[in-house]
Amino acid sequence: MITFKIGGVHPHDNKIAKEAAIAPLAPPAKVAISMAQHLGAPATPVVAKGDKVLVGQVIGEPSGFISGFVHSSVSGTVAAVEPRADIAGNLVPHVVIDVEGDEWDPAIDRSEAIVKEIKGTREEILDKIKACGIVGMGGATFPTHVKLNPPAGKTAEFLIINGAECEPYVTADDRLMREKPEGIVIGAAIMAKVLGGCKCFICIEENKPEAIAAMQKACSGYPGIEVLKLKKKYPQGGEKQLIDAVTHRQVPSGALPIDTGCVVQNVATSYAVYEAVQKNKPLFERAMTVTGQCVPEPRNFLVRLGTPLSFVLEAAGGVPEDAAKFISGGPMMGKAVANMDATTQKGSSCLLLLTEEQTRRKPESNCIRCGKCTDACPMGLEPWLLNKLSRAGGQYEALEENKIFDCIECGCCLYTCPANIPLLDMIRINKAEVMKIIRSRAKK
Amino acid sequence: MAKTIVSPAPHVHSEFSTVRLMRDVLIALAPAVLVSLYFYGWNALLLLVCCVATCMLVQFLIEKYMMKCPVTVMDCSCIVTGVLLALNLPPAAPWWVAVIGSVVAIGIAKMTFGGLGQNVFNPALVGRVFLLISFPVAMTTWTAPQSWFGGVDAFSGATPLALINEGVRNGQTVQEILAANPGLTPAQMLFARAGGSAGEASVIALLIGFVYLLCRKVIKPHIPVAIWVTVAVMTGIFSLCNPAEYTGPLFNLFTGGLMLGSIFMATDYVTSPMTDKGMIIFGVGIGVLTVLIRYFGSYPEGVSFAILIMNLTVPLLNKYCKPVRYGYGRRK
Amino acid sequence: MNSTLLATIVILTVIGIVVAVVLYFVAQKFKVEEDERIDLVEACLPGANCGGCGSAGCRDFAQRVVAAPEIGSLFCPVGGNDVMQKVAKVLGREAVAQKKMVAVVRCNGTCENRPRTNDYDGLASCKVKAALYSGDTGCRYGCLGCGDCVAACKFGAIKMNPETGLPEVDVTKCTGCGACAAACPRGIIELRTTGPKDRMVVVLCNSKDKGAVARKACKAACIGCAKCQKVCPFEAIKVENNLAYIDFNVCKLCTKCVSECPTGAIHKFNFPEKPAAPAAAPAAPVEKAAPAAVKPEVKAKEVTE
Repeated sequence: MITFKIGGVHPHDNKIAKEAAIAPLAPPAKVAISMAQHLGAPATPVVAKGDKVLVGQVIGEPSGFISGFVHSSVSGTVAAVEPRADIAGNLVPHVVIDVEGDEWDPAIDRSEAIVKEIKGTREEILDKIKACGIVGMGGATFPTHVKLNPPAGKTAEFLIINGAECEPYVTADDRLMREKPEGIVIGAAIMAKVLGGCKCFICIEENKPEAIAAMQKACSGYPGIEVLKLKKKYPQGGEKQLIDAVTHRQVPSGALPIDTGCVVQNVATSYAVYEAVQKNKPLFERAMTVTGQCVPEPRNFLVRLGTPLSFVLEAAGGVPEDAAKFISGGPMMGKAVANMDATTQKGSSCLLLLTEEQTRRKPESNCIRCGKCTDACPMGLEPWLLNKLSRAGGQYEALEENKIFDCIECGCCLYTCPANIPLLDMIRINKAEVMKIIRSRAKK
Repeated sequence: MAKTIVSPAPHVHSEFSTVRLMRDVLIALAPAVLVSLYFYGWNALLLLVCCVATCMLVQFLIEKYMMKCPVTVMDCSCIVTGVLLALNLPPAAPWWVAVIGSVVAIGIAKMTFGGLGQNVFNPALVGRVFLLISFPVAMTTWTAPQSWFGGVDAFSGATPLALINEGVRNGQTVQEILAANPGLTPAQMLFARAGGSAGEASVIALLIGFVYLLCRKVIKPHIPVAIWVTVAVMTGIFSLCNPAEYTGPLFNLFTGGLMLGSIFMATDYVTSPMTDKGMIIFGVGIGVLTVLIRYFGSYPEGVSFAILIMNLTVPLLNKYCKPVRYGYGRRK
Repeated sequence: MNSTLLATIVILTVIGIVVAVVLYFVAQKFKVEEDERIDLVEACLPGANCGGCGSAGCRDFAQRVVAAPEIGSLFCPVGGNDVMQKVAKVLGREAVAQKKMVAVVRCNGTCENRPRTNDYDGLASCKVKAALYSGDTGCRYGCLGCGDCVAACKFGAIKMNPETGLPEVDVTKCTGCGACAAACPRGIIELRTTGPKDRMVVVLCNSKDKGAVARKACKAACIGCAKCQKVCPFEAIKVENNLAYIDFNVCKLCTKCVSECPTGAIHKFNFPEKPAAPAAAPAAPVEKAAPAAVKPEVKAKEVTE
């Protein structure tokens, strides 16, 4: 079994929702669809108050090269186009829609039939993927059509489909692989075709044997696609770590995965590509896990984007008494939710509830220089040193020398620290500062 | 429901904590402590109690009344220092020696640098070396291992290393000395019969602690293994060249504080390097210095000094031995 | 014995002399030519190396002053006009007098005025907190209360008030170096001049939210009702983005706006306050204004929306 070489930690996987099938969640009475659901520039709303929209209709258009289309996830009337608070409480433009019925854009193929034959040229497929607003659904939400279109002079040798799902608790990808393996494989085949017919690996961690079996079965007719079993280790699903595990290549510092001939896409993205290209269905709903030991019924839902998190939680049995922290995403890299009225987005894979006991940080004590953070860092950095330099203040040159900009913010250092030192909090801020300095220097 | 908690990721934490790590070290030391109590009886127990109690008290007093900071006695690190110091004392040492050593270890070697995590030298070793230089008689009066809690007989025997050192200086060969002392076979020392510090009684007990520490992921094997390999190779070469004057690898590995030092003192987090590369250099350095001191120095025992000297190199090793970075090598 | 002693002394002396000679020549060879006035200027400066002047430290400032043809806008905010006079004397140039600046924390979102809506559990740093989210109150513009400004101040002029959860500036200690203003991720702290006896009239709010939103998050918020703008006889107040701002260069400290503000967001500092105890002075208008504030709020809504 393969895994990445440097660092990593082994948090308990807690996949307590893994046996709950993905259940479609009916749209709420009102949705608020964010225009900033992807990395890059927010989309420009193209509807106004009072407009009637259908499910799958474009409501936001890209406003830059790294940007994307946004579609309505419901049918109804636009109630407002206004800034609203996202999960962190920051204002982001939203399109608010009053739901009326569930009328889909007639161009969408809603049949259950699996369409295997891949039609269209590379450009046509890329346009389709772009028009359907597909972005990386693992959490980074990088527009997929940009990733599938490598710059001139660079070719993809490997397409890596990321089904590692190394984050504890999250089971959405696991369920998707078990329930829709054919779609994922066809999606992978489409992407491999776009990338010029490269070899494709579907990578799954060992703690998902059912998903591995299902995917292996679905791959049988596709010689270019292979399922790889990975050891369970966090952050296996990190792009750089996955490339290391699969190809034994490392993405050079500051370079992109394509520089090593690799393109990494999440399984959910692969399925979204299948639906977009074969079924003409834009990305307006996704699988999402609602989980946590305190949740009465840990579930996997197929949610419409723009559904308030509080509504999703209600469907899973309401807010438990002892829930102290709401997290959008997994416990290692997810974002704490400050505003439960915020809505689901293309990157929301999970809503995790933790109790105070599970999540409250313990008081910080002295660094005992045990080196556990250094051992855990998958980028081979020295978090203790970066923390020390950060706290000294203004040590940006030394921080740069010690490669702070390579930090992938996976959280292994803070997870493992026996003295509960908020290593990553400090590193994250100073990394941003150093990146700013590097960029301003590059401009000169 | 109380207010929602919001914090940066990650939202869960590992089960490691400073207290747990220190407690694991104490558990790993338990076999060696029990063996020392078994062989050396009441006085060993008295020393142990004196060391631990003094260490805790000194730390408490300094933190409470001098540094005026939160008292961290309960993180167990001062207990580890106390136990290690007790295991490093001759079992027949008077109790006040233990008390003075503990005051030096915690008060001078640890707290003056700013407490846990700040000290340059291993506190227990500083305490021991301080005593060795200040009270040479008390610190080199050895007892031969006795049976269960019998009377302590404070004049019999020197440590194996002292015997050899003395003998070679008097013109005897190593073989003659060993022949004159039938108790000095490696097998004998492995299962405890050698005179020496309280903690050196049984190599097996120390190795059990080593395995426990490895299993609990408290330490990594790099430092001890580097020390052992270095000592074995160096003494191997020396003893092959001149078996009459230099003792062999097994004898050196199993005598003196080598096992105790390499497993418990050299691996002290605060005073050892953080990266694998640094740990190996650190271990090799300790090994080389130990052999040199044992063969050519005036003290028969060299591990303490070797570790203390290498402690000094740790900041440098941390600065220059960087971990293997992702994305800087192995590029295709 | 004697000869050994003698040999030791002779050898050590010879070594000492040889090394001294070598060192002398090395020092001569690598000597850095520097304008001696830099040292003289540096001696005049406070030596806090705070960076308030925009230089990397006091020596850097001294080098810049000496190198510049005129003193002009180069100014040591910590030392103030006195120090600049001394510097000017050393250099034989004219110092340009500048007004004393002090820092003002423009937020009155005390624990009482601005209830906490969630519980922040990260590193106690405003920078970290601001990068994470909108803060642990309903106000996304107000003070985060982790004390980055307190840590940045090299003169002990800012202290956290544990009761209000807000930093307080000691005007007598504040040198106006601006380190706190640079450290505040929310840009709440403003450097400004003061009137006679350090008197100031300030809008203690930074919220650009609409009146109703701001008021809901914080009892002492500026709701942008523009009453102060109307009442000001000197046109010193402007309301932009639902937030009033008093231009300190125009303000004549008449304090009419203070009593006019429906939420008590405008405060006066260092005015003689005979009837009330001085400590309670800033809090008093808020309490008085709170019940009366219900009606103006409705009006404010109409104005802003």
